[in-house]
Order: sequence, then C-alpha cells, then structure tokens
Amino acid sequence: MNKEKVISFPHLGDYHIPFKFLLTKLTNYKVIEAPPITKKTIELGSKYSPDFVCVPFKYNLGNFIETLENGANVLMQAGGGCRYGYYPEVQEKILKDLGYHFELLTLSDNDSITIKSIYHTFKKIDKRIPLYKMVYYSLLTILMIRYMDNIDHYIRLNIGFEVEKNSFIHLKKEMLTSFSTCKGYFSLTKRYLKYKKKFRNLAINKPDNCLKVGIIGELYTSMEPFSSYFLEKELASMNIEIKRFTNVSYLLYQKRLQRRKNLRYINQYCKYTIGADGIDNVYRAKYLIDQGYDGIIHIKPFGCTPEIGAIPIIRKVCQDGKMPIIYFSFDSQTSETGIKTRLEAFYDMLKIKKG
Amino acid sequence: MNAYLGVDIGSISTKGVIIDDDNHILASSYIWTKGNPMEAVKELIHHLEKEIGKRKINIIGVGTTGSARKLIGTMLNANIIKNEITAHAIGTLSLYPDVKTIFEIGGQDSKIILIEDGIVVDYAMNTLCAAGTGAFLSSQANRLGVQVEDFGRIALTSKKPTKIAARCTVFAESDLVHKLQMGYKKEDIIAGLCQSVVSNYLNNVGKGKKIKAPIIFQGGVSKNIGVKKAFEEEVGNEVIVDPNGHLMGALGVAILSKKNPLKTSFKFSICEDQFETRGVECNKCPNHCEIICISKNKKLIDAWGNRCSNGDMMSKTSNH
Repeated sequence: MNKEKVISFPHLGDYHIPFKFLLTKLTNYKVIEAPPITKKTIELGSKYSPDFVCVPFKYNLGNFIETLENGANVLMQAGGGCRYGYYPEVQEKILKDLGYHFELLTLSDNDSITIKSIYHTFKKIDKRIPLYKMVYYSLLTILMIRYMDNIDHYIRLNIGFEVEKNSFIHLKKEMLTSFSTCKGYFSLTKRYLKYKKKFRNLAINKPDNCLKVGIIGELYTSMEPFSSYFLEKELASMNIEIKRFTNVSYLLYQKRLQRRKNLRYINQYCKYTIGADGIDNVYRAKYLIDQGYDGIIHIKPFGCTPEIGAIPIIRKVCQDGKMPIIYFSFDSQTSETGIKTRLEAFYDMLKIKKG
Repeated sequence: MNAYLGVDIGSISTKGVIIDDDNHILASSYIWTKGNPMEAVKELIHHLEKEIGKRKINIIGVGTTGSARKLIGTMLNANIIKNEITAHAIGTLSLYPDVKTIFEIGGQDSKIILIEDGIVVDYAMNTLCAAGTGAFLSSQANRLGVQVEDFGRIALTSKKPTKIAARCTVFAESDLVHKLQMGYKKEDIIAGLCQSVVSNYLNNVGKGKKIKAPIIFQGGVSKNIGVKKAFEEEVGNEVIVDPNGHLMGALGVAILSKKNPLKTSFKFSICEDQFETRGVECNKCPNHCEIICISKNKKLIDAWGNRCSNGDMMSKTSNH
C-alpha cells in the first residue's frame, strides 16, 4: 500500500524553477510547486505561526499549508544560518499538530548547507542514485542559477528604463520556461547566450546620470519580491538603477569565497563576523559608498537578529561616507502606505540632492 | 492673478492654503477631517472660497499631500501629489531657508527631517507605535476631563512634573491612570505627559540623528506650549513654532504645484459635484486585491489597489 510520493518546497523568488528541475531529475517522486504567494498564503502562515517569529517563517508555513492541501506529502526545507536553522523542526511540529501527514527533509545538517549535506538528503530519498548523476545535475542546477542571477543583474540595472512596458518581465518569463526544459550543459548555455543577446537588444532609454540605489539586508526579503511589497518594482517605476547583492549564487558559493576579502575591506569597522549576512551588509554599504551610489535601502524582516546587530555599524559607515540610507522592517502587519510614503520621500531626497 | 491651492489631508485635520506667485498666503483654512476626507475637503474649499471673497484669482495649480493625498488628488484633479515629508520640508524651507531640523508631530504620525544647506539629507517617521502623537494626547485629555487646547497652559503651571512611562500608548495610559489613583496633581500629570511625548519622540523617531539648531517644531502638537517647553529643555536649544506651523505641508505642496510646469484647472464649484468611492474585491486570483474605485457624478474617474493587470478597472472603462 505504497502511496505515491509527492514532493514540494517553499517559494523564493523565481528559484522554484531550478529547484524543481533538480528534484525532477534526481528523484522519481512527483514534484509539485506550491501555489504562487498571495495574500492568502501569508494569512494562512501568520494564523498558525508564533506572532513574533520573523516573517519568512510565516511565508514558508503558508506555502507548506497550501501545497499540502494540493496533495504534497514530502516537504523540503533548507535551514541553517540564523533562526532559519529552527524553521524545519518548528514548522514540522506545527503542521503535524494541524493534522497533516507528511515527511520533512532538510538540506542542511546541523548548521549549514554543504554539498555533503545535500548529498545525504538525496540519499535519504533514493539510496540508488548514482554519485555521478547527482554531481552532474547538481552542478547543472547551480549553473542554471548562476545564469539566472547574471540575467537578473542585467535586468535590475535596466528595467527602470525600458521603453516598452513589461518587456523585461515577459522576456524573463520566456527565458525561465526555456531553462526549465534544457537537456544538459550545452543546451543550457546555448539558451543562456540566446537570451542574453535578446535582453541586450531590448530597447532602453537610460540617461547617464540616473539615480543608482543599492539594496542590502536580509536574504529572504531581498529575494522574495512579495515579502518586500515589490520594492524593486516600485524603485524601477521611479527610474532608478538597482544593485542587489544577495542571490542564491552568492549564498551557495560566492559568500564563502569573499568572506576574508570582505572583512579586510571593512577592518576599520569590524573584526569578526556576526552571523548570517550581517557583516556582508556592512561590506556592501561601504562598497556602495566607494562606488558612488546615490542611496542605500536596507531591508529585513521585523526582529531579524543578525541584521539588528549590523544596523548600528552600517549607520556609522553611512555617516562617515555621507550616504543617505533608509531602513525597512517587513512583517505580515506592515502597512503598505507607510512604505510607499517613506520610499517616495527617499526618492525626492536623492533627486533633489543630485540636482 | 494666478494662484495655487495646496491641500494637506491628515488623519485628524485637513489643511488648505491658496498662495500667489510670490508664495504669499491669500487664504488658509484648518478643519477636522472627522474620518471623511472627501467631505472635509469640500468644506475646506468652501471656507477658502469665502475667504478669497471678491478677489479675482485664477487657480492654475493644485497639490495634495497627507495620508489621503491620492484620493483627494484625484478628486481635485491635482497636478502634483506629494508625500508629506517632502511637502513639509519644502514649505518650511520657503519661510526658514536656514532651518536644520524639523520636528513634526501630527495626529497619527510623527517625523523628523534633517536639512543641510537647504536640502533634505535624512528623515525618519514613527514606525510601530502612535504613542506621543496628537491622537494619544487628545484621548488622554478626554480621560482627564480637560480640553486638549488647554493642555499646554496647564502643563506650564506644574512645578514638579510626574514621570509617565511612555514607551507604548497602552502602557502610558495605564501608568497615567495609576498615577491619578495615587493622588498626583492633575497639572503635574499633564506636564509629565508632555515630557513623555518628547522623550518618546526623541528615542523613537529621533534615534541616532544629530539634532542641530535652528529647530522648527510643527504639526498639530506644536500648538501645545507644554510640549514645546519640554523639547527645549531636552534638546537644550530654542525651538521655533511658527504661527502657521500647521499649514506647512499645504504650503509646501502648493509651492510644488506652482513649480510643476504641467498646469491644471480648478473651480470652486467642485463642491457641487458628487464624488463616490467604492471598494471592490478582485476575485481573479487568491490574492483578492482590494480595489478602490472613485467616481465623479456617477462616472468612474480612477481606480487603484490592484497588484496585476487582472484587476485593472480603468482599462475596461477607458473606451468612453
């Protein structure tokens, strides 16, 4: 009486596409995506979460409930880092108390996600997966993420200046669909190059002295547009060039490679790391000042401890560099009007300053 | 004569000014919003019309600010709709070009604006709690059985202000009740409340900001002389309260509408038009966006609140 295994996972921006790709290739489970995040997702998530937990927990829980309702019986969660490390256990408990039957797999062991821990997780799903296949598809997925992030970087620089409305979004959708059906390294790279060219050919009308703003802060609110109330979209509509550092490529390997260099860069402010992306953001603030950006937006979920630790240092860095900075804390209760008012005022301030 | 109308629709009060080309105030009005911004604005315009009287003016710019700026901007066909932070800074700078710090405490929100060389360099707004704003003060005045307008005068008579815990509105209120029951004098408690407003403001909104003189204090609460005095004691500098301090937002947005090359037409007869708002829930996806439709004389003129093109109400009706 073996029920069919149906696996699902929470959303994070557009990364459900490579992740679904990986799961489909490596397991014989049926893979379903959680329904896209809507107000209903966060309502469900908040209803069953502790009120003071950071908001990504609520989004993830809402995703889980919606996907369980659609028939999923194996859930996947990442974990690691900060309070995020507790997410899998606590969410499993809450969902089991609600009466759902499922199995929960985590990508991390103890504290961090490593290639070894991912390997062990997939071994749990299917003991017979050959090592070469696992390595092949993992690296292919990482490459796909890398390509997505590269394109995203280009999009953020230019989307605020598109001539035809929504042309970037439409092309990106088309590209992601194309990526999800790639066969291997060669076909993926071919598609990437094709779309890279297409993106470069999209008409833009970008002045040389446009406003440039950097987004720094906690990873989930940086990468999941719904949780930041579509902050980047809002900025693009004000014709601003956006720089964002956090993406999955960064978290997977760049962060590790850059850690020592980053700490050296900011050694007048800090000597050691303070958990999660705290120090990375101090580095980014200084980097943006040195690169002549016009302003910085720092975002985090309400109560995000590593970022709360980093904020006073970032404030000092920005005071020294005379850099305008604005801080946003997002929660399920955040008033959207309040964000808009502050953002508009920030824009006016930068615009008048620039002249 | 060309003139420009600026309207600032706050949670508690609605302010309006009409200025000429040299930023002189020709007419101004200040009334309560009473939870109905559209009616309040009609009344406001009525007042302004009366004050203008027989003078011949031609209003070619309309600006709106404050929390109902979008709704009223649509209603008045404004040529500029600006957030209150920018509007307050512009308005204040037109009267005090060398101001360095603006304290603003309104009905529901409070903000601080820092200015260097006539340019806004930093600002902050209260985020989580409304403790220390006008709404809090008037509810406490109610509890103490005094008019909120008399608050400042009574506070000045106190010799030994009582300390009130002011971290949070609810706790401040229970602490106040407790102090009353303990038998503290009313004027001491009122003075303590004024001080708690100031310490709350400086700890929350002014946190980490360098406050430099000249300092201007405005917003409804600036009319309270007790709070002004508490600010001066705490900051150690003179705090200027302009008699027109409550009009700064409206003035600022009127100036901005003057600067906008795009002009609009405005008639006082707008008071006779029928405006209506309607909330519609879009059911095309589980997000259930709440869309606000505003209509003038039964004709839809604008709609907003939708996250995606599915809920675009205007495109469906844009053919007429």
